[in-house]
Amino acid sequence: MGRMGAQNSNGFDGRHDKSSGPSVALFVTCLVDLYRPSVAFSALSLLGRAGCAVAVPEVQTCCGQPAFNSGDRKTTEAIVRRFLPEFMKYDYVVLPSGSCAGMFRKHLPDLFEDDEVMAEQARSLAAKSYELTSFLVDVMGFDEVQSGFRGRVTYHDSCAGLRELTVKAQPRRLMASVPGLKLVEMADCEECCGFGGTFCVKYPEISTRMVDNKIGNIERSGAETILAGDLGCLLSIAGRLKRQGSPIKVRHVVEVLAEPATRPAIGEKD
Amino acid sequence: MDPRSLEFRQQSIAALSNPQLQTALGGIKTGWAGSRSRAALAFPDFEGLREQGRCIRDHALANVGTLLEEFERNLQLAGGRVHWARDAAEANEIIAGLCHDEKAKSITKSKSMVAEEIGLNAYLEAQGFQTIETDLGEYIIQIAGQRPSHLVGPAIHMTKDEVADLFARHHGLPRKEEGAELVGEARQILRDYYLNADVGITGANFLVAETGTIITVTNEGNAELTQGLPNRHIVLTGIEKVVPTMREAFVLLRLLARSATGQAFSVYTTAITGPKRKGDLDGPGKLDVVLLDNGRSTMIAGPFREMLRCIRCGACMNHCPVYLAAGGHAYGWVYVGPMGSVLTPNFVGIQAAHTLPNASTFCGKCEEVCPVKIPLPGLMRKLREVQHRGRHNSRTARTLMAAWGFLAVRPPLFRLANRVAGYSMRLASRGRGRADRLLLAGNWTASRSMPCPEGETFMAQWRKRRDPPA
Repeated sequence: MGRMGAQNSNGFDGRHDKSSGPSVALFVTCLVDLYRPSVAFSALSLLGRAGCAVAVPEVQTCCGQPAFNSGDRKTTEAIVRRFLPEFMKYDYVVLPSGSCAGMFRKHLPDLFEDDEVMAEQARSLAAKSYELTSFLVDVMGFDEVQSGFRGRVTYHDSCAGLRELTVKAQPRRLMASVPGLKLVEMADCEECCGFGGTFCVKYPEISTRMVDNKIGNIERSGAETILAGDLGCLLSIAGRLKRQGSPIKVRHVVEVLAEPATRPAIGEKD
Repeated sequence: MDPRSLEFRQQSIAALSNPQLQTALGGIKTGWAGSRSRAALAFPDFEGLREQGRCIRDHALANVGTLLEEFERNLQLAGGRVHWARDAAEANEIIAGLCHDEKAKSITKSKSMVAEEIGLNAYLEAQGFQTIETDLGEYIIQIAGQRPSHLVGPAIHMTKDEVADLFARHHGLPRKEEGAELVGEARQILRDYYLNADVGITGANFLVAETGTIITVTNEGNAELTQGLPNRHIVLTGIEKVVPTMREAFVLLRLLARSATGQAFSVYTTAITGPKRKGDLDGPGKLDVVLLDNGRSTMIAGPFREMLRCIRCGACMNHCPVYLAAGGHAYGWVYVGPMGSVLTPNFVGIQAAHTLPNASTFCGKCEEVCPVKIPLPGLMRKLREVQHRGRHNSRTARTLMAAWGFLAVRPPLFRLANRVAGYSMRLASRGRGRADRLLLAGNWTASRSMPCPEGETFMAQWRKRRDPPA
């Protein structure tokens, strides 16, 4: 696993160390927890190298987005209520996902219409929550990553990160600091991949058409690897590519920023 | 017209396997959407203009009652009349009554989405009137017996060849090949209708309160011939179209054409104030404006007011990846694309259209291009809340959501469930890194493999690292 950033080893459960850097709570996100733990380890590594004292609060499960986007505010608020007090203790909350970070920054302030105390806390949590690449570049001014990754990649701008949080330049700046990484932009890199949370199982035919459009653009770019900052999109793109037997590799962008990314890509054999 | 929005998924599947339709939809992206981006870039401060548009529409909606009364007064001063219609049935009756008064035999009509909303053509035909659509696209779908599939290009779903066949069949003339010939043929036929019409019915893009003026825009000039030649001109429009003065109307006109087709201005923009006056060379003898509510005042008073900022440019659908895959007819009613996904449930009820606000990935492109900044994904989410509260979603969806919600507030259980899910998936993958069949994931695995977890969950790995075995 290599060095995970000296600071975070004693930064678990809010017991962050006395580093001069800010205290950061990593919200792992449910998809990363289940499917791609290496994304969380990469995030810890990058945050540590940027000088943050990182903790992973135990109370977290999911940001609530599936319930929120299904119109179930009651469940959403119950979920947020559960994790909010713990996360309030940190200087920042960082998420390795544009859509979960969008849930924090843009949508938490819309919750708790009937509870002004919670609403106020939700607003204050929203203001200190960031998507990982945007936190590194915009808040920490950390845009030189030391990574041994080599390869031709293309980058998909996930919708929520791009349009809710204007995450666009930050991952590209970080990628540009990896000497062996060559970025080739695909056509329509800002167009939705068709994942859309529950959309992909409610309307699988349209979703498949959209991911096929995306894959066409990925293939025409000539990249060996497709990167993005949201695991939902990546699972859908990888699932379709692998079903078609494509050799194109699919990875979360932080994997290549933190390390040479030698472990199997998403959907590849161990 | 009865909505068929609940069949959205089946209708979209049919659309996806229709190659002509897919070619036509592909043309929207390179055509109108491309032109819109160029026009927005060429304008010195398009974002500033959008913000101005939003303010104008919000102000108008906040003062809609006052503005409409002002519009009515000024229209009366100019010699016109306003008729207030609470719903579709009232509007249809009023219009049929006006046509009876005129002893109309022939009626020309310029494209109006509100007329589609109330099913005006069918109503008038049942009353024995002959109506003819004069917008080329609308004429095509009228003789084909279809519905519009796009706000701006109602026949966008049809190819030139299909139109050539339709014209040859319907007009009984030799089949034409070229687009220009087809347009010429339609123009020739419509000319007689224009000249013989007793009543002309148009919509309105904007109503100007200060002057009692009605503004219409077209690219074909058909609205001008429809309103100017017959003895009676009837305008049918929604109550939300009013703005205070010409100044506001012209800001919106600049936004409208650019957002719709990338034009700086539509080919024909006509402002009419009252019927023909003494000394005027042309114009209708009578001018009647039918203002339709049909649920709009409820929307203005409730959480969906922002939707009524809409100026009907079609940019949201031109940029919507779902619309561009499914086409307009899949939406099953009059209004389509993202704006339709918000309007339709508001007009026909959530129980008859809850499929539509779910037909979005919330990618946010529609909101990004909307000339009046309607938060379309946010409004679709609010409709999903209405759906959830009214229990209009499937029992399976509700059960799964409830079970997931139960776990999500119990971190230890949630972690256990994640571990079980991860373990099962890895078992199902048999070392291939992905599974091709999974319980409860049939809609995913139909076209995609399910990538499998790397190993243990992050939380389990992290815990081991934190508390290494002694």
